[in-house]
Amino acid sequence: MGAVVGTLTMQTKQRRPSREIMHLSFSFPSPADKTDDELEMTMVCHRPEGLDQLEAQTNFSKQELQILYRGFKNECPSGVVNEETFKHIYAQFFPHGDASMYAHYLFNAFDTTNNGSIKFKDFVMGLSILLRGTLREKLEWTFHLYDINRDGYINREEMTEIVRAIYDMMGKYTYPALKGDVPQQHVDAFFQKMDKNKDGVVTLEEFVIACQEDETMMRSMQLFENVM
Amino acid sequence: MAAGVATWLPFARAAAVGWLPLAKKTMPKPPVDNTSRSDEILYVNVSGVRFQTWKNTLDRYPDTLLGSSEKEFFYNEDTQEYFFDRDPEMFRHILNFYRTGKLHYPRHECIQAFDEELAFYGIVPEIIGDCCMEEYRDRKKENQERLAEDTEANEASDAPLPPHSTSRERLWRAFENPHTSTMALVFYYVTGFFIAVSVIANVVETVPCRPPKGSVKDLPCGEKYQLAFFCMDTACVLIFTFEYLMRLFAAPSRCKFMRSVMSVIDVVAIMPYYIGLVMPENEDVSGAFVTLRVFRVFRIFKFSRHSQGLRILGYTLKSCASELGFLLFSLTMAIIIFATVMFYAEKGTKGSTFTSIPASFWYTIVTMTTLGLVKLDSVLQKHWSQVYHQNFIRLKVRLARIRMAKKGTTNAFLQYKEDRDRDSDSTALCVKNRSAFEHQHHHLLHCLEKTTNHEFTDEMNYSELCMTESVGFRTSRSTSLSSQQGAQNNSTGCCPRRARRRAAMRLANSTVSVSRGSVQELDTLHIKTTSIPPQTRSSLNAQADDLKLNCGEQDFTAAIISIPTPPANTPDESLPPSPAPIPGILRNTRATAYTHDTVKISSL
Repeated sequence: MGAVVGTLTMQTKQRRPSREIMHLSFSFPSPADKTDDELEMTMVCHRPEGLDQLEAQTNFSKQELQILYRGFKNECPSGVVNEETFKHIYAQFFPHGDASMYAHYLFNAFDTTNNGSIKFKDFVMGLSILLRGTLREKLEWTFHLYDINRDGYINREEMTEIVRAIYDMMGKYTYPALKGDVPQQHVDAFFQKMDKNKDGVVTLEEFVIACQEDETMMRSMQLFENVM
Repeated sequence: MAAGVATWLPFARAAAVGWLPLAKKTMPKPPVDNTSRSDEILYVNVSGVRFQTWKNTLDRYPDTLLGSSEKEFFYNEDTQEYFFDRDPEMFRHILNFYRTGKLHYPRHECIQAFDEELAFYGIVPEIIGDCCMEEYRDRKKENQERLAEDTEANEASDAPLPPHSTSRERLWRAFENPHTSTMALVFYYVTGFFIAVSVIANVVETVPCRPPKGSVKDLPCGEKYQLAFFCMDTACVLIFTFEYLMRLFAAPSRCKFMRSVMSVIDVVAIMPYYIGLVMPENEDVSGAFVTLRVFRVFRIFKFSRHSQGLRILGYTLKSCASELGFLLFSLTMAIIIFATVMFYAEKGTKGSTFTSIPASFWYTIVTMTTLGLVKLDSVLQKHWSQVYHQNFIRLKVRLARIRMAKKGTTNAFLQYKEDRDRDSDSTALCVKNRSAFEHQHHHLLHCLEKTTNHEFTDEMNYSELCMTESVGFRTSRSTSLSSQQGAQNNSTGCCPRRARRRAAMRLANSTVSVSRGSVQELDTLHIKTTSIPPQTRSSLNAQADDLKLNCGEQDFTAAIISIPTPPANTPDESLPPSPAPIPGILRNTRATAYTHDTVKISSL
């Protein structure tokens, strides 16, 4: 039929210091035929930058990065997490309800390059901000999480989506039973607190200031004390 | 939970930042993690073969021996390693389970040895991966059947008789084990001989003999030497009747004996003779009587008492009865189809032998069997069983696993809440029992509760509470730590705190006194109204899976399990994984134990 063509491309460190991509593809050269797509095996393997560089860019120590990478690599041997896997992992922590929507927003927040997959570097940078970042950085990250369409403002619809996603994680069996308008009330309360100039959207500055004024929230920041 | 999930817990906890701006209340303090941050390599010496692994790897499954503090019992201070005097080959698979999250079954190993290793290390066989699960189940079933046969055989062993056995017992033993006494052996051979004689006589009497003087036609020997054959037949039947009556007398349980296969065969073998004696020498009836004589051939089955091989054949047929049934069914279908086709095809032709569809059956059967279409069927068989396994059994196994894991998590979390709300003194012990991972996970769930201002409950409580809300009862909230041990307390843990934990868990699942009938009604209603299609595997949605559960009893029993539960004979956990219904056990306990401050209906 056709010869098996194997290509191996590797970009050395001198030329491009950012990343190594190993791209192995064996394909039968008949691109028009749909059935041959099944035979094509492409193995994409992403390797992160060196440990030293990651240590410099994040607030983690080498050992912590090692531990994180081992877990990451175990679950995703190919070096990237796609959204499906991400949702699956996150759902394991919330077996009662449906964590897929919140996981989706989280995925988008971690995927800073917006290419549909999270590499180890993205993962670790996100974690670094959340666990070891300054207060301002954490609040900014949260703002970006809420700002689904990345327009710099949080409007009611976005907030309703987020709140609904969070309530979905509770599942059906809650006490007291979840009524339909509870998420909406929660959103209203949020806007009342955050939206200072009552223009219907929350900007980054409003968000940061309101959060810093919120005693409850500041006390809750202890949540991240000893996560790693 | 899957292997790597434990290592993603920091990420899940970090992601909780998204809840903070929404929470009305302060988040609870995170659990203190006293263990060292840095991961260390553990050395595990299994009968001389040294394995090394990260401590985190073993911590992934805190409910197993290696993941819990139980392994400390095997720690050797001098060599600074954990020593297990077990099979190193098997240990490789066990360790791989921790590393990859999948347990594989090595095909060349004995199934019992494998099971024993799993039991030792506290791993439930249910988590064997899909790739190896069918093989495991098949081997297990085979083994169990063999064991069952062995125990049966052992019961009828040649062990010496207990003293003071009655003559009846001795007689029964003589029948069952002819080797025990000479008399029995003699009797055994005599009956065997007479069976053979009877069968041969049946065959020979139909052979044409030379006609008597004066006649031309050939006669079957049976009619020529009628008296001789009759005498032989009588003798045989007498012996068989005598034997049957003696067995009936000696049998320890007459009803059971009469229902057994061998006894039925005995009866069928001797009945035609007696019926023939009773029947008048009438021409009309003798036609039916001739049919009865066919049953005499069943005497040949009496040989199965004398032959082990025949018995084994019988067992084999019995064990593949379902497949045989399917085979017959599919054959019948094919026969009917082809016979119909042949009949209608040949309908117009003169002189066709296919006068009706049943008449074409014979042609079809002969053709099919000659051409070996039966072989084709057996190939279909094999694939059919494969497909059946794939589609149904695997699905069932997977659902059962998901259900189990989910129930485990739910109720572990509810238990955590119970402990938290009780006095800190009494919980100190219970709390240590759980791993750091569980603590952190539960803390995370607690944070979510605080964010949404709602609490997690399980299905039963939810339906009960819905019911009480709708009927308007006030739920009285009182703490009562009366240790109500349920009826099926399978193993009283050596540790009293474990018993308390179990009691508390049952209390946590118990509800206010509501009439049983109405709750059941609500449950069925509850199940009927929601019909959500099953979610993707990535979202373990409580709704879809719980719909498949029977309302009520099964939930409670499953409630006592935590993931993953090892089988009952390990000291660590104490309850079997398979939910067995405990009817009404937990409905009887009526005290609730929610003590925390406020659970108001949220009016945000």
